[in-house]
Amino acid sequence: MSGSGAKELSPIEIYKYLPKTNCGKCGEKTCMAFATKLANREARLEECPELLKPEYKEAYEKLWEMLRPPVREVVFGSGERVAKIGGKYVMYRHELTYHNPTVIAIEVDDTMELSEIEERIKRLEELSYIYIGRELKLDAVAVRCVSGDAERFKAAVEAVAKLTDMPLVLCCLDPEIMENALVTVYERRPLLYAATKDNWREMAELATGYKCPLAVFAPGDIALLRSLVKTLRAYGVEDLALDPGTFPGEGFSDTLNNFVMIRRAACKMGDDLLGYPLIGVPAVAWLSEGGKEKSKEEEEAEKVLKAWREACMAVMLITRFADLLIMHSLEGWVQLPIMIWRENIYTDPRKPVAVEPGLKAFGTPDEMTPVLVTTNYALTYFTVENDIKSAKIDCYLLVVDTEGLSVQSAVAGRKLTAELVADALKESGVEEKVKHRYLIIPGLAARLSGEIEELTGWKVLVGPQDSSAIPKFLSEKWPPKEQEE
Amino acid sequence: MPEEKRKPEEGESVEGFLASFLPDLLKLLAKYEEIELEDVELHAKKLAFELLPVIPAAPPVPAAPPVAKPTELLREGFEPPVMTYPGRVEEVKIGATRSEGGSRGKTYVIGGEMNPPYYIFERPPPHRPIISMDVFDTKVPLPRAVKMHIKDVIDDPGEWAKRNVEKFGADMIVVHLLSMDPLIEDKAPKDALKTIEEVLQAVDVPVVVGGCGDPEKDAEAFKIASDMFSGERLIMSSVTLDMADKGVLDETAKAIAQHGHIALAFTPIDLNLARELNRKLYGHVARDSIIMDLTSAALGYGSEYSYTIMERARLAALMGDKELQHPIMACSANTWAAREAWIKEAEIGEIWGPRELRGPMYETVAALVYLLAGADWLMVEHPATTRTLKEFIDILMKKGAAKPETIAGWVSAKLG
Repeated sequence: MSGSGAKELSPIEIYKYLPKTNCGKCGEKTCMAFATKLANREARLEECPELLKPEYKEAYEKLWEMLRPPVREVVFGSGERVAKIGGKYVMYRHELTYHNPTVIAIEVDDTMELSEIEERIKRLEELSYIYIGRELKLDAVAVRCVSGDAERFKAAVEAVAKLTDMPLVLCCLDPEIMENALVTVYERRPLLYAATKDNWREMAELATGYKCPLAVFAPGDIALLRSLVKTLRAYGVEDLALDPGTFPGEGFSDTLNNFVMIRRAACKMGDDLLGYPLIGVPAVAWLSEGGKEKSKEEEEAEKVLKAWREACMAVMLITRFADLLIMHSLEGWVQLPIMIWRENIYTDPRKPVAVEPGLKAFGTPDEMTPVLVTTNYALTYFTVENDIKSAKIDCYLLVVDTEGLSVQSAVAGRKLTAELVADALKESGVEEKVKHRYLIIPGLAARLSGEIEELTGWKVLVGPQDSSAIPKFLSEKWPPKEQEE
Repeated sequence: MPEEKRKPEEGESVEGFLASFLPDLLKLLAKYEEIELEDVELHAKKLAFELLPVIPAAPPVPAAPPVAKPTELLREGFEPPVMTYPGRVEEVKIGATRSEGGSRGKTYVIGGEMNPPYYIFERPPPHRPIISMDVFDTKVPLPRAVKMHIKDVIDDPGEWAKRNVEKFGADMIVVHLLSMDPLIEDKAPKDALKTIEEVLQAVDVPVVVGGCGDPEKDAEAFKIASDMFSGERLIMSSVTLDMADKGVLDETAKAIAQHGHIALAFTPIDLNLARELNRKLYGHVARDSIIMDLTSAALGYGSEYSYTIMERARLAALMGDKELQHPIMACSANTWAAREAWIKEAEIGEIWGPRELRGPMYETVAALVYLLAGADWLMVEHPATTRTLKEFIDILMKKGAAKPETIAGWVSAKLG
């Protein structure tokens, strides 16, 4: 294995082409500082207004070429809710960070009743979860032509466009039916799915004529995928996304291998024809296996199993470089872990997910207010904060700097120790704020209680393992009985 | 035509599994759908006010054709981007049969990888990853979705182990001797170890001696266990840098090595510490008797750190970093610490579904992610996760099984 993923760029190399005026318009004090940010992919070229002037055209183009990701960024949708896919600089997350989280589109088809389409889109919008102060949600709608009827497909596409302003994917391999629907929504800039070996010429006409990005579908045939990309580029189609085929069952291994080969070819071998976003279709888990009649019970059980497998495929595809997923299931238990994992793998590994340590006050604390301890891992902190606030508890919360680790990991990794708690307690000045000397520590840090008592002289109360039980804990254990020892 | 009701096939598929082990499933689903319908009505009213007219004025005139439009496909080839790697992961043999000096009917070899996980286009992994399931020697709070499958054997470690192996398909049993914890029962290690004996009698798969987290007591337990079960090739879970700080690592490592067992080396999401601990072990324990636990966070609670550290460790090993060339253990069971996995629907919101499905799905997602990061051994809590992992491991070992014609028409197929 050779080379790292991101083109290794030195800030000096970039600096050569910058205006070197230190004008500060980009928000950095010097051009060198801006060059460093560019090298780390933390700033975009467009943030330097000077570079956009005609006299810097050549420098700009040179820098653009130096800095562009090996996997192009493709945008579909319009207005505020656009979907950006691809734009990947690296194959492995630790080589830099992953940009543009996998877009998840939910499919509807034109044989569904309007009420069913409405129901699905409503539910899609409702699947929203607040995690570390951020909203996790699904991103797009894929409309499929199942009827084979141009007017029906058009009606379904129009209905969806009216129901939601989310980005759209139009799925239909027949160019005439596609165009019939596209004329009504082309301004929404949908992703057209898809060009194949049989329809590429007509699809290329649609993509260039209506200025929409185009998916390329070549199941199990990467050579064909490359051929199609080369041909479509020659035809004038710039924005492409690649679907090498998502195979259900035993073939899924080939799917993941195709994704790996394509991404490696683009990121490590400089294969420009494969440097496009990848599309995975976990919805194929729902393809009917046909055959025997089933009882209602069996049908229900089968639905759960299909959703279960779809979730497994989706999470593996996200992990193996998928930039866009087309899914069928709208079950919360399917989508929640997927959205969480997507959020996780797309966080920047260069930045710890941490909050400022120190003492926080909630409600109207007084001198008999309980003092609780937690860590500065953002998720731990926000979870505890949310539980305290929603129960309207008055308290002090001592946030210990565990270098962004959760309680469980911090105790195991000695990032939350009795010494650290004692130091944090002292620095916080909470000793002057409360009269009592009771410290409530997380249940998962129970083993530190003896040592904390020795070091601080405070009496330790071991709190619950999960902060959702804090209100109950306090109502039972606070104020503490004086002569407990 | 009414068909004979299909019997779920034991050990066959997720389908068989879920049908037989989630008896409440259909009831829960029925409830779930009612709620969905209520919400829909509400929303239909709301929707009427939110319709967004987006009909464009007129279609654009297609752009003028470029100069030289291709008229037929420009043929390109593709060479699989195969790479070579200077390093190789050690193979570790787990468990010993009677003829090898132990008493196990089943043993495994893990590790030995020469390329990244499941890059089958280069070569398949030399061994399948294995799946262990847990037994506790004390009452521990278990999530409802897990407990419902084992509540009748929860006070009998031997029977619990049997259930894990025979019914759920576990390859190995981890016995957590939490009773030794000074904060729980503070049991003497030699007394606690009777449970290991019991489990070794009950099942014929390899067994892991799980400590209580107190470095001194665990060290003591591992030393005694090493001698007591000499030759079994048990895994001691886990040896830590804390043991080194307390001055008990060396003698523990010596005992483990002397009696032919395996050390699971735990470090907290830090490759430098992992290397440091391995270096300390090399003086006593053979390279083929070390497995690494690089910390497995719960899904959503730091799982990206764990994923990345495992991936980095494996890639570094393949690039020739000898101090990281050991198989990796990952623990999806930890995901039950994530509240989203166990919290009631009523509290998290009905839309997120019954915890009987949400919980095992959560653990399964964590397990699959760690599998792709390179885990050679997964510690699992829920039987549905075990069953799903087995199915997907089978799939991941395959090459050339895709049938393009099955999905060529997915765009126009009715799903569901």
